[in-house]
Amino acid sequence: MPLTLPFRPRRETYPPDMWTKCPSCSEMLFNKHLDKNLRVCGTCGHHFRISAKVRLDQLTDPGTFRERDEGLVSRDPLGFVDSKPYPDRLVAAQLATGRRDAAIWGFGALGGRRVAICALDFGFMGGSMGSVVGEKVTRAAEGAFADRVPLIVVSASGGARMQEGTLALMQLVKTIGALERLRAAGLPYISVLADPTTGGVFASFAALGDVNVAEPNALIGFAGARVSAGTIAEELPPGFQRAEFLFSHGFVDRIVTRANLRDELVLLLALLGPAGSTDATPGSVRRG
Amino acid sequence: MVDRLLGRPRDRETPPATPAPPVDPRDAVWARVQLARNPRRPHTLELVGQITEAFVELHGDRLFGDDGAIVGGPARIDGRRVMIVGHQKGADTDENIRRNFGMGKPEGFRKAIRLFELAERLGLPVVTFVDTPGAYPGAEAEERGIADAIARSIGAMCRLRVPIITLITGEGGSGGALAIAAGDVVVALENAVYAVISPEGCASILWRSPEKAPDAALAMRMSAQDQAELGVIDRVVAEPGEGAHVDAAETGRRLRAVILEELDRLAALSPDELVAKRGGRYRVFGAFDDLGATEPIPGAAERPGLADRLRRALEPVGKSVGDAIGSRTGRDARDARDGRDAGEGRDQPPAREEV
Repeated sequence: MPLTLPFRPRRETYPPDMWTKCPSCSEMLFNKHLDKNLRVCGTCGHHFRISAKVRLDQLTDPGTFRERDEGLVSRDPLGFVDSKPYPDRLVAAQLATGRRDAAIWGFGALGGRRVAICALDFGFMGGSMGSVVGEKVTRAAEGAFADRVPLIVVSASGGARMQEGTLALMQLVKTIGALERLRAAGLPYISVLADPTTGGVFASFAALGDVNVAEPNALIGFAGARVSAGTIAEELPPGFQRAEFLFSHGFVDRIVTRANLRDELVLLLALLGPAGSTDATPGSVRRG
Repeated sequence: MVDRLLGRPRDRETPPATPAPPVDPRDAVWARVQLARNPRRPHTLELVGQITEAFVELHGDRLFGDDGAIVGGPARIDGRRVMIVGHQKGADTDENIRRNFGMGKPEGFRKAIRLFELAERLGLPVVTFVDTPGAYPGAEAEERGIADAIARSIGAMCRLRVPIITLITGEGGSGGALAIAAGDVVVALENAVYAVISPEGCASILWRSPEKAPDAALAMRMSAQDQAELGVIDRVVAEPGEGAHVDAAETGRRLRAVILEELDRLAALSPDELVAKRGGRYRVFGAFDDLGATEPIPGAAERPGLADRLRRALEPVGKSVGDAIGSRTGRDARDARDGRDAGEGRDQPPAREEV
């Protein structure tokens, strides 16, 4: 049994924690610099995947984000067992990430403007969408609707969570239904597509932004390149399913580096956000 | 099946063998998957021919082209006008190549949206026939925005102000099926199946072997009966004899009776009630608990800041969170380390958990 000394985990992983090798240009990057650079390689511009928590810290004004529904946990509706039971996989992911599922949502401010914002966490079972992720995205859209503020969803997900079967599939309809109600209310929704955004997440709320913003070179697609290559024996075009491919085919409005993402969102909100919603200094964020 | 032949012990979810009849649930569900995929099973146009008195097929999405894998058009059933939209598989290899095995492309789903919106404008109820292995996963589909087309088709169904009856007649294959399956009422034939991913796809990802497809089919509970228990399907219609393929006419008669019954029932609702009820039907899907705002999960790998670490060092520790987490065992702790490794591999290729 591991002891629960507060500093031990850090000490144990000391060497790999200091340096990270860039998978794109193989440069060894000093982690402190990498963090300061928003986890983007300073040499080649490779965007590392980041957790939902880090993403929200990067985007929202300091101290403004208030998480909602953090206590939602998936049940095991099918009693799903493959090489190990689904509840075991959930617990392992919870212990590894400190989160109860693969999404965080809440209200926060961007450039002083209040928004409902939700971020997916690829580190939690591939960011897959089961009941909890679907519920949080839906509640984020409903929260935006109720408070008449814009909605931002940052996606990073392999798709629907197989272990929840068709209940995971039904989350596509649930989230899209909430977005339809938001759209009818005249509120803008910005979808940020990070690496990777595939499958049922891309085929539901991630594709449907009034504005779709993608990070450079993010993998974005429906079928996952290996599925396509495996089932359909055809040559894949270069850059297939990358953000730039989506951009050139008209499914992404803008490709924005992480360094510019926050400013870009602030500007978009200023231009698209509902009139008269420029409140939200840190103290004015409503709770409850 | 293989396990049984080799006399190996079975999975723990499989009930112990009773003397007779020795029906392995895996074999049972796999038999249904085979029935749902049976090429002689009546497909959409054949069923439409049995069910309707008149039908005119319309073609094209007005944007790119026409998709033979998705068909539709106005029809008349028992004197009532409706709009038909459905996947179309082929009866033989030639037709299947033309129909792309019922795998819709973006232009197919955009044709569906076009027909949904036409139906709404003219006040025609929509009847959708679902029978597809899934949306087409090829490069051209990605280039033309297959995910966008599916999402928008589901969106159109969510806001449509006319009744929608969905019939799952064969394979309900993930997003490609759902794109035209978000009805007010979802009816399935007895041997139809519905799943988030093909059993072969699920098996190759989670079991790392496509031969485990029957196990995946069982684990996903993809039979119509199981889906009815989950509430995803509202009604299951019995098939004649060994299955729909032995008597297409009788299958059509049974579906027709259900369509008429549901048309009557839904006709009583105003457009606002329809949209609200449909939204409510899908809003409640999900199996989760709310533990409320409790403490952070112990042993979490999220690296805390200095202040948090000091606070944690000073606070008493050891409160358990949820049941599952509270009853942590050595094995879970080991899994957690595995999970942490996976978490750090954020730049590994994505897990193929797509729909």
